[in-house]
Amino acid sequence: MSEGWVEACGADEIEVEDVRPFDHGGRSYALYRTGSGEYFASDGMCTHEAADLTEGFVIGSVIECPRHNGRFDIRTGKALAAPVCVDLVTYPVKVEDGRVWVKIGG
Amino acid sequence: MSNALARDYRIDAETIRRTSAAGLGDAEWYKSPIPRKQLKELMQRRDGPAIRDTILWFALLIGSGVGGFLTFGTWWAVPCFFVYGVLYGGSTDSRWHECGHRTAFKTTWMNDWLYALASFMVFREPTLWRWSHTRHHTDTIIVGRDPEIGAMRPPDIAGMLLNVFALKSTWVSLQGVLRHAAGRVNETEATFLPESERPKVYRTARIWLAIYAATIALAIGTGSLLPLLYVGLPTLYGGWFVIFVGLTQHAGLAEDVLDHRLNARTVYMNPVIRFLYWNMNYHVEHHMFPMVPFYSLPKLHEAMKADCPPPYPSILAAYREIIPTLIRQLKDPTYFVVRPLPAGAKPFSAYAPFAEEGSMVKT
Repeated sequence: MSEGWVEACGADEIEVEDVRPFDHGGRSYALYRTGSGEYFASDGMCTHEAADLTEGFVIGSVIECPRHNGRFDIRTGKALAAPVCVDLVTYPVKVEDGRVWVKIGG
Repeated sequence: MSNALARDYRIDAETIRRTSAAGLGDAEWYKSPIPRKQLKELMQRRDGPAIRDTILWFALLIGSGVGGFLTFGTWWAVPCFFVYGVLYGGSTDSRWHECGHRTAFKTTWMNDWLYALASFMVFREPTLWRWSHTRHHTDTIIVGRDPEIGAMRPPDIAGMLLNVFALKSTWVSLQGVLRHAAGRVNETEATFLPESERPKVYRTARIWLAIYAATIALAIGTGSLLPLLYVGLPTLYGGWFVIFVGLTQHAGLAEDVLDHRLNARTVYMNPVIRFLYWNMNYHVEHHMFPMVPFYSLPKLHEAMKADCPPPYPSILAAYREIIPTLIRQLKDPTYFVVRPLPAGAKPFSAYAPFAEEGSMVKT
């Protein structure tokens, strides 16, 4: 790990337009691959009632919470639709040699 | 009638605290095991089915409305307005519901547009009820948290009968609209409606009052009941459909359990009612996986039925259970129907099921 970058998973372990969980340091994160194939990361829990976003549904570049259908923009974490009102914390992501890295600390 | 065993359905800061302490608030609910790949396919959104149904729905609304206008003053107007009322005051409930979840259409604005219209037609304030329904999904039939428990223990039979014409529900909604138009929320609403959302509630309430005032003024000005037969009154005279299908969802089943298989019903219904109801007869499935759109619920039902209690074969079968249960609960509010899980089904939540007795009983 350097400068806060953490190796999370293989790039092909996340399907296009899908999300998968990643745990590190006692915290849960959500890793996304959008409909256009880009990778992003955010906190794993919904800001509304702490539902697990990795059980949610990715629509293009939007993640829909599995419990109440609240929506966030995966790219920015912006809360898009009630009942979510608080933005999601996002983390920088890079893909190198077929591996997904997330910048969590540093 | 007072009943020493009657449960207390008030929702306030204290009941929220108490149910949270009991592990019943915002809890982890049972989910039937469905592979992620299959669930993703079931969650896929399309515009087609809802557009098709909405065009048909509007065509029937306009057709029955025009028929009522042309035959007004004759007995032929009765079936016309009957159909108009079922569509306007009855089936709109399911349009409101599915678009509130934003699952009916793939396109967001279509969901939001139909949700706003349907909210007006069924007289449920859109922002308030979105948050109310959110709570219903977080805490389904958890006493002291769920604001949408339709059949309490003991049941309010008079209220249910009034709601055959949506009288009680409309009266409660009207008080809310007046309260919100004055810029206030009550204690229960304050437990689930964020401060940031309240201006929207107040604005909508004022717009609605203006629309209803204009409709009443038009009826008075023209000396005709017709304007109110098209706007406002159909919520009442078509409201029977809402309670007719709505009671099958949860009435008489367990409270305070973290498993939708035990507190919701799946009832087989005919294609006409499923069109009007947008497949909400698959209610266990809807609650367990609310991201699955209405048109995929039959497939979801097939995928999880081996893990669920047997579905009811008809509305009649459901009411054969519901009516005797409600009558018995008048004298014994501790009674409820225990749904049988099939052999081999995963057990329900480890959290003490059926633990509600005594936990919130009025003293």
